[in-house]
Amino acid sequence: MKAAEYPCPLPGGAAAREYALTFDAAREKRVLIAPALFEEGHKLRRFTLEVMRRLDGAGIDCFLPDLPGCNESSQDLALIEPEDWRMALEAAARHFEATHILAIRGGGLVLPARLGGWHYAPVKGASLLKTMLRARIIAAREAGREETIDALMEQGLQMGIDLAGYSLSGEMLRQMGELLPGKQTGISVIEHELIGGSALWLRAEADEDAQQADALAAVIAIGLSA
Amino acid sequence: MDPIDKKLRAILSDVLGLKPGQADQFTPDTGLFGDLPELDSMAVAGLLTEMEDRLDIVIDEDEIDGELFETYGSLLAFTRAKLPEA
Repeated sequence: MKAAEYPCPLPGGAAAREYALTFDAAREKRVLIAPALFEEGHKLRRFTLEVMRRLDGAGIDCFLPDLPGCNESSQDLALIEPEDWRMALEAAARHFEATHILAIRGGGLVLPARLGGWHYAPVKGASLLKTMLRARIIAAREAGREETIDALMEQGLQMGIDLAGYSLSGEMLRQMGELLPGKQTGISVIEHELIGGSALWLRAEADEDAQQADALAAVIAIGLSA
Repeated sequence: MDPIDKKLRAILSDVLGLKPGQADQFTPDTGLFGDLPELDSMAVAGLLTEMEDRLDIVIDEDEIDGELFETYGSLLAFTRAKLPEA
């Protein structure tokens, strides 16, 4: 596994260099990973890397880019919109010469065009937001403050909002709330039931599961050998 | 154990990372929020969203209070009240 960089377009026409973790041996099959978003990104990062290790072992190159505003990125998340993530994945696909994509959970909401592959455990953008809004309401209630989803959304759409430690712009909220998985041709959905075990993005504490990583990597490897 | 009870235990197993069968030991008095430090606001929020998806119910924010998650029994009673009689 190596740390690499890719040229990532930014809003307003600028560009940044973002990190990517790569297993690159100039092999023919090259899978770009669209990582899970927000809190789920943290909970699934280790699992994602475990899947990549297995793909590498199966003779498949793979690439996990940092999206702007996420992980090691020095961009301000509050200035980022979902469309910027789509463009980042597009740029990463070009830079690493990806032949396929594996999107994980919310990563499948910002798929680049024209790249076939898989979407593991799809989720609606609205569901991701709702869970983060609820977490904020529950934490506020514990602290003796009353907040409501409607009021938070109204405020957030106008001035942006901090949810679960993520600074989201009004545009991010608006667009994310409307994003639905599964509209792209060439992308096969891998439901979690096929992988089995208990869903790692639900865990209160980040965890990993070797069997689940085996299963997901096997689906991709079999798909690529067909 | 009826299907609702079973589904709710399965969801809690996912959230808490329990081993198969471990959630069968929950009793109505098993403490949740407050007794389980890993069950923070984000985990509870994920739990609610998952309950909505898997049990096909809608949970209103006004209904979420500390008592709801105090014990397994209170969460199960809340869930049953959300569903039509089977």
